[in-house]
Amino acid sequence: MTFLQTYVEAFGAYILGGLSGLGRFTQFTGKVFFWGAKPPFRVRLLIEQLFFIGNKSLFIVGLTSLFSGMVFALQMYLGVSAINMDSIVGPIVAISLAKELAPVFAGLVVAGRCGSAMAAQIGSMKVTEQLDALEVMGINPHQYLAVPRVLGATLSMPMLCAVFMLVGNFGSWLTGVHILGIDEVMYFQKLSDFMRLGHVAEGLIKAGCFGFLIGLIGSYHGFEVSGGAEGVGRGTNLAVVWGMVTVLVSDYFISSFLTKIL
Amino acid sequence: MTDAIIFKNVTKRYGTATVLNNLSFSIKEGKITTILGFSGAGKSTLMKHILGLTIPTEGQITSLGVNMNDLDELGLREFRRNFGMVFQYAALFDNLTAYENVAFPLREFTKLKDAKIREKVDDLLEAVELVPESWHRLPSELSGGMRKRVGLARALALEPRVMLYDEPTSGLDPISTQVVCDLIVDTAKRNADKKLTSLIISHDVRASLRISDFIMFLERGSIVEYCTVEEFRESNNPTIRRFLEL
Ligand SMILES: Nc1ncnc2c1ncn2[C@@H]1O[C@H](COP(=O)(O)OP(=O)(O)OP(=O)(O)O)[C@@H](O)[C@H]1O
Ligand SMILES: [Mg+2]
Repeated sequence: MTFLQTYVEAFGAYILGGLSGLGRFTQFTGKVFFWGAKPPFRVRLLIEQLFFIGNKSLFIVGLTSLFSGMVFALQMYLGVSAINMDSIVGPIVAISLAKELAPVFAGLVVAGRCGSAMAAQIGSMKVTEQLDALEVMGINPHQYLAVPRVLGATLSMPMLCAVFMLVGNFGSWLTGVHILGIDEVMYFQKLSDFMRLGHVAEGLIKAGCFGFLIGLIGSYHGFEVSGGAEGVGRGTNLAVVWGMVTVLVSDYFISSFLTKIL
Repeated sequence: MTDAIIFKNVTKRYGTATVLNNLSFSIKEGKITTILGFSGAGKSTLMKHILGLTIPTEGQITSLGVNMNDLDELGLREFRRNFGMVFQYAALFDNLTAYENVAFPLREFTKLKDAKIREKVDDLLEAVELVPESWHRLPSELSGGMRKRVGLARALALEPRVMLYDEPTSGLDPISTQVVCDLIVDTAKRNADKKLTSLIISHDVRASLRISDFIMFLERGSIVEYCTVEEFRESNNPTIRRFLEL
């Protein structure tokens, strides 16, 4: 009996904890919108964030996209060459990159590199009373710290996603045409036959949504930090885990919505 | 003598825990007042009420002639600029140099030209006697005592009417403690014509007795004693005697 009770209680506490976390997150999101709409608009801080996010992730996005494109072309080729359709590799890779691979992978990279950094920066500011210092000066920390980060991630994700698509397709062309020997004219012919602007648009819009969520989650876990350096570590960790999970989970819902309207 | 801050029957509860218990007192303008008390007595909570960072469960606070209940979120933000706060660990922005930290409130809240700002920051950093070699270092490259000085300069930048110090001497060696105490007194003296009010939270009995005009002793959310330093020294209250003998 007590055994069962313990487990039921633990389960209940877990659910309640999760719900109250969700409530605080919703509240946080509301604050970001509220303060984001209010002047002053801190353009300099936004530009700093754009640089920061680009700086942190551009190289990794470039590297991962090149090899994703290459390996994807290789695997597809192995599949379709058996039915003599090897030139279809181009559009398959391009469409997969545009619709799924580029936004999701770029999202995972940014969640790992930048979501975590946001939580660490804001969290360490919190434990050293820098957030209180802002507050005492009459500056809202949500406006000063969270808004530029959320906006910065929302704007830079589509750019990183575009880079991912470009470099990924370059990798696919490199492998397909130059290593596997697909006819180059056919490769581009099929590419233009099957590619749609909508595919690219879907990826870019999704990337923006992911960026928004990553920025929110990273900042939120920074603001939630308590209890010294250890707390900062915990917050950073949560920001990465939840950032990545959210990218993968929200991907399904955003996709099912976007594929209907695009 | 006028009152800078007036508490009237202020009570603060967190759940069932009463942190401030029906406090009524006033802080004298232009004087140095120290709030002493053991850990958990409610000192920080009291200071947060003064800044409007926390709202009392009951009662009313009048600060610099303004009833805090009348202020909305934005009014409150404006209002806080009358206060300068020095944090326990300085709370300098760690991506900005000492110099930029002091310039920060000026850049945020005044329309001063760059040259004018530079002039002001120079004055402030000189006033807190920070050696010029350290002016352009990041907080992580400064010692605790130096950071406190920068924090003090930053708090003074907007010429506040009330200075708040959260444990200004904790974690400092005796010499630095002496220096920070002198700085607090100097700051008060230098701004005596503007009637700068100083409010200090502290555990440090000896330092407090040396620099304060008034001392408030807080225990579990209630005022045990609130009097001048001279009277405090002579107090017969057993808790205070114990505190004095530390
Ligand atoms: N946000 C809060 N929620 C719940 N309880 C709180 C909160 N803030 C403070 N308390 C409680 O109020 C009491 C007084 O806290 P406060 O920080 O004011 O003490 P203090 O006198 O500043 O102590 P110290 O010298 O250790 O800083 C403590 O028991 C604390 O647990
Ligand atoms: Mg305290």
